[in-house]
Amino acid sequence: MNEMRSPDLSLVEAQSETPEAYVKVKDLEVRFVSREATVKAVNGVSFELKKGEVLCVIGESGSGKSVMMRSLLQLHAKKRTRMTGEMRVGEHDIMKVTEKRMSELRGSTISMIFQEPMTALDPLYTIGDQIAETVMRHERVDRDAGWKRALELLELVRVPSPERRLKAYPHELSGGLRQRAMIAVALSCRPSLLLADEPTTALDASVQIQVLVLLRKLQREMGMSMIFVTHDLGVAAQIADKVAVMYAGRIIEYGNARDVLMHPEHPYTRAMLSSTIKDQDRSAPLDTIAGTPPDLRALPDGCSFAPRCKYAGPECLAAMPPEVTDGRNHMARCVRVSAVRGLLAFEPGLAAANVPA
Amino acid sequence: MTDIPAGSLPVDKSQSAPSTKVRGYWGSVWNRLRYDYTTLFCMALIAAIVLAAIFAPWLSPMDPEKSSMANRLRPIGHAKFGLGTDEQGRDMISRLLWGGRVSLLMGIVPVCFATLIGGAFGIIAGYYGGKVNMVIMRTMDVFFAFPSVLLAVAIAGSLGGGIGNQMITLTVVLIPPLCRVAETATAQVRSLDFVDAARASGASTYSIITSHVLINVLSPVLVYSSTLVSISIILASGLSFLGLGVSPPTADWGLMLSTLRQSIYVQPLVAALPGVCILITSIAFNLVSDGLRQAMDVKA
Repeated sequence: MNEMRSPDLSLVEAQSETPEAYVKVKDLEVRFVSREATVKAVNGVSFELKKGEVLCVIGESGSGKSVMMRSLLQLHAKKRTRMTGEMRVGEHDIMKVTEKRMSELRGSTISMIFQEPMTALDPLYTIGDQIAETVMRHERVDRDAGWKRALELLELVRVPSPERRLKAYPHELSGGLRQRAMIAVALSCRPSLLLADEPTTALDASVQIQVLVLLRKLQREMGMSMIFVTHDLGVAAQIADKVAVMYAGRIIEYGNARDVLMHPEHPYTRAMLSSTIKDQDRSAPLDTIAGTPPDLRALPDGCSFAPRCKYAGPECLAAMPPEVTDGRNHMARCVRVSAVRGLLAFEPGLAAANVPA
Repeated sequence: MTDIPAGSLPVDKSQSAPSTKVRGYWGSVWNRLRYDYTTLFCMALIAAIVLAAIFAPWLSPMDPEKSSMANRLRPIGHAKFGLGTDEQGRDMISRLLWGGRVSLLMGIVPVCFATLIGGAFGIIAGYYGGKVNMVIMRTMDVFFAFPSVLLAVAIAGSLGGGIGNQMITLTVVLIPPLCRVAETATAQVRSLDFVDAARASGASTYSIITSHVLINVLSPVLVYSSTLVSISIILASGLSFLGLGVSPPTADWGLMLSTLRQSIYVQPLVAALPGVCILITSIAFNLVSDGLRQAMDVKA
């Protein structure tokens, strides 16, 4: 195992010397304020993404994945949302752009694919109209040109007999085709950053793979950066260059997809991986993570995962563990993780003595 | 995972001859309406009623306000007065034709204005929510608190009689229910993903409201407002009956119905005629609205 991830320091140097990050998020905090409570949805998320890279954000429901993504498009209601931190996409400072400029960026530079293809398309417009709408808005072309582009796009996302599908209403298409149409809308103005909010969750398994492969292919061809939110680790393994694991609004582990998924260091990531179906013994029950995610209205001090963590000790509750990063840019936020010879290493500590192996 | 050739799905080239004849939303609505004969018939009926009302001066055989004591309460099928006469000996055909003018005006105009005003307020309240919603909807609730007839009487009473004031009264009375329907429909549409999706693809609030919210809210609002036409006609006749609307001897279906009430044991069929007119008109409007709702629902 150690052979496989020998600390190749020359490679590490080469990697860290490319500072050209296209998407840069630093200390992003998002709070939803209402009269009753303040929900701390995102609590200091930082990451960088280069052009043409795919970042997969993994986490349970309510871990702040979607909120973080929607922040990149400024989709939250202004009145009830407090955002701090830094967000840059290319040369645009997302925190500072005007609403007008932002709406120009939406759909052209940054675009988004939604989870539910059933409700994310307007039922009263044909597929062609909906694709053409975005094209017409951003490129100021007429309806005919918009429809022409719509046809090209449907061909691009491999919709069979696109001519006919253009004139179809959303309810006339299957879930997979609708999601392809959604992708066509998102790609219509050649975005350089594509946000995908669980785009395959609502689809059945065979269609999921098709859509994933298609997305990956298009992303490579068009050289887009992509942030892909999912709670399916298999999906992440398929598509990701970088993986970020979120828990209670924080990234608790981040790194190259291979590092995070093959050599997870944070107990949460480990627990999550061991609770997915791989090639375990059929008769043995799957591992589960006991407990529930914390209430985002009242986060405890220290590590948010500590109450559910089997390695947790008193030191975990004292303060939020700092980020520990190794030479391969593999980061984990855990007091029991340290960088040893340029690699992260997890030491179970005393508490592990009580845990049956 | 190996590359599953999802990317190589056969693209049907045989169909890609450029036949991009774009039929918009209304085109497809008409396409569905074309085979709905009930709705088409009712539309024709409404058109006939409207035309009859417009051309009443030329169509009516007699002066609708000329009474004749000698010819009071003639039955239907009378040689001179085809549909009989009323309690003052006035020709019913002429009165019904002329009465249609006032009644249709009272049925349609206030509903149109109320749909525009109430609909606009409802969409604004539903889309923006929060304080805007509270101010608009609580104001509507104040009007809601009164029974509609009582409210109409109160407003008409303070404004005074006459056709213009009657229309204003009816419009005010009809705004709150329409506003509520529009607000509910908008709030529902607002929470759907495609509004977010439109925003995520760069649409401004204005264009989201005009191109996505409006059209999705339109069908429930239109359907509801067409059912209000008959209510408006009846309310108007109630006002006329109380002397707060059109005043006798002007013909109006509602007014005729209430004055012929006393003769119901003498000439029940004649007395029922204005009621039949109101009934047919409102059923026609209701059926058309039903047909429209089905035609406007792309999922039908």
